[in-house]
Amino acid sequence: MSDTIITVSGLGKKYRIQHQGEKQRYTALRDVIAEKAENLFRRRKAETTKCNTVEDFWALKDVSFEVKRGDVVGIIGRNGAGKSTLLKVLSRITEPTTGRVHLKGRVASLLEVGTGFHPELTGRENIFLNGAILGMSRAEIRQKFDEIVVFAEVEKFLDTPVKRYSSGMYVRLAFAVAAHLEPEILIVDEVLAVGDAQFQKKCLGKMQDVASNGRTVLFVSHNMNAIDSFCRRVVHLDKGRVCNVSDDVPQAVANYMTVETDSSQGCDWRNPGQALNNPWFEPQRLYLGDEGGAVVQMPIRNDEPFFVYIEGNVEQPDNALQIGYALYDEGGSLLYWTVSTDTAEDEWPRLNIGRNAIRSPLPMRLLNQGSYRLELLAALYHRQWISCPGSTPAAIGISIQGGMSVSPYWMEKRPGQIAPVCTWKAITPPNGNPIANSHAKEPTGTANRR
Amino acid sequence: MDLILEPGRTEKNYWRDLWRYRELFIILAWRDVTVRYKQTVIGVAWAVLRPLLTTIVFTMVFSKIAKMPAPEGVPYALLVMAANLPWQFFATAMSEASNSLIGNANLISKIYFPRLIVPVGSVITSFVDFLITLGLMALLMGWYQFAPDLRLLALPLFMLLAFGASFGIGLWLCALNVEYRDFRYIVPFIVQFGFFLSPVGYSSARVPEIWRWHGFDIPARLLYSLNPMVGVIDGFRWCLLRGNLGAPNAAQTSAQAGIWWPGILTSVILTSILCATGIWYFRKMERTFADVI
Repeated sequence: MSDTIITVSGLGKKYRIQHQGEKQRYTALRDVIAEKAENLFRRRKAETTKCNTVEDFWALKDVSFEVKRGDVVGIIGRNGAGKSTLLKVLSRITEPTTGRVHLKGRVASLLEVGTGFHPELTGRENIFLNGAILGMSRAEIRQKFDEIVVFAEVEKFLDTPVKRYSSGMYVRLAFAVAAHLEPEILIVDEVLAVGDAQFQKKCLGKMQDVASNGRTVLFVSHNMNAIDSFCRRVVHLDKGRVCNVSDDVPQAVANYMTVETDSSQGCDWRNPGQALNNPWFEPQRLYLGDEGGAVVQMPIRNDEPFFVYIEGNVEQPDNALQIGYALYDEGGSLLYWTVSTDTAEDEWPRLNIGRNAIRSPLPMRLLNQGSYRLELLAALYHRQWISCPGSTPAAIGISIQGGMSVSPYWMEKRPGQIAPVCTWKAITPPNGNPIANSHAKEPTGTANRR
Repeated sequence: MDLILEPGRTEKNYWRDLWRYRELFIILAWRDVTVRYKQTVIGVAWAVLRPLLTTIVFTMVFSKIAKMPAPEGVPYALLVMAANLPWQFFATAMSEASNSLIGNANLISKIYFPRLIVPVGSVITSFVDFLITLGLMALLMGWYQFAPDLRLLALPLFMLLAFGASFGIGLWLCALNVEYRDFRYIVPFIVQFGFFLSPVGYSSARVPEIWRWHGFDIPARLLYSLNPMVGVIDGFRWCLLRGNLGAPNAAQTSAQAGIWWPGILTSVILTSILCATGIWYFRKMERTFADVI
């Protein structure tokens, strides 16, 4: 059975954003009436009524893809890519602005855990309430009641008001009800972000059951492991558009991670103007360069000397000023920090007021092949962040290829995040003759007698 | 099941969906009623105490203190109660319906179901209170040993009219309230104002049919009947109190004391228009609710 169950073509969703200082959040009838009255009198003039700049924001633009019956599709993308909006449109909660969606099955969506739960009602009452809201009939709920309670592990607390539940119990109960829905299409939005690891495993297991019964599942998550193990198809959204639709899940996930970490970073960052404003040190430039200071092209070899150059203006000298970088690998894990004040005090670079440039050699033959991200680190020691890794715009990407080692036994990429070339030498073993002579096979008895 | 989602496409499946989600009407009403009495000591007794106390106070104020003239043969308390019954239903139904969408904003933005269920659910909740008060009315009539006649059979029709009036106005208000939050403040005002514009504390027979004002013949009673509750309250009194609308000296002004059919007709027409246009407006605005709420 592989007919198409969901067809999305040219889907777009537009929101209007107001740009005016004192504009209230809620529209008041008074404003609307006043505006209309003003319009009436000002029709002759060409001026606009109020200086309302309204911007059109396309949360989704030109999204098209197909889902076949029985598919488990993962929808991935950065925050703000439009994933939740897409799910809202597919769940019929909001209407598309352009385009078309064709659904051939009943949809049940879980966009938030515990929707419809009323804190004053008991667990038992809330199961019925939530089940009914999600679309189950009362007979269905009664039939599955015991299963739901067992899944949620809240038998003891069924008759206490839900407002007294711990957050874990709440989430378990909420998911238990939703997990026993039996729709043809199940849409799940990042609900696994809450709950402990055991709960997440349980939920994934349950969703796998649902999927193996031939139902279609659309699953949004930031947990790449879950996507990898669970989904057979991936839709990658970026800034409201479809970036990639593919059946090769590991490749699509890897693509997403590189886009996530790269995002068109070059190897030369210049301060666009007002970034990282602070009274002490204004970073101007971060780049990877060679001995002479010229920016290098990626990829670089591991056995050639390169330096991380940082240029900036010191406006207010401070003894606590530290400048350096943080190195992240492909997956976003932090490898190390290094700052100008790491060595002994007399070796720290002297900084004058005004323009300064410092550099640090990138450790040769330490990092493994692959892509890395270098983020500017600048701070006043223990006082104030100037450029904090993880949330700074000053970042460059580097990628290392080749030059790992001259050894003929090191041709392909080996596992490990770092790949130092360590030297090995033969030495006198601590308690015996050197084993350089291979004929001399000492009986263990003799060695022990020493 | 085949569904196409497109901008501006009116959903033909909507009414089928409403039927499929029919249990949700009851469940939402059940939720509201249950929650109301959780953690209260007196519990459900409040549902009876409230109308009882209101009736006692009204009777005291209007007959003993304000000394509104009472008709013969009908105890004042019954007169007031018969009018208070539909009025309370209307007032609570309208207020709760107008806030219902906003109060359930978390549901509206996260789950799909036909949104019409929400205001109807709140009207049903008020209806439950109405039924309890009706029981109280029956008890009261027993106490005064005042038995109704065959006109009682018309009561369900007037109940339907009351339901329609509160539904129609409630629907307009709740759809408007989502976009223009002013209505949160307008509604209590309408309720208070409407209380005096409706014949709760007095009889509608006191409003003259034609009123001479500065040389103009104003059809006062017709204009008065534009308030749909006038027809409803008149009808309730007529059904429950043996055709007596509560005008004093019924024998003398018999022509005016009976039920005034033009008024009832106006109420019916107005209520139908309100319901139809209410549903139209609600459906039109429904697709923007999740974005605006």
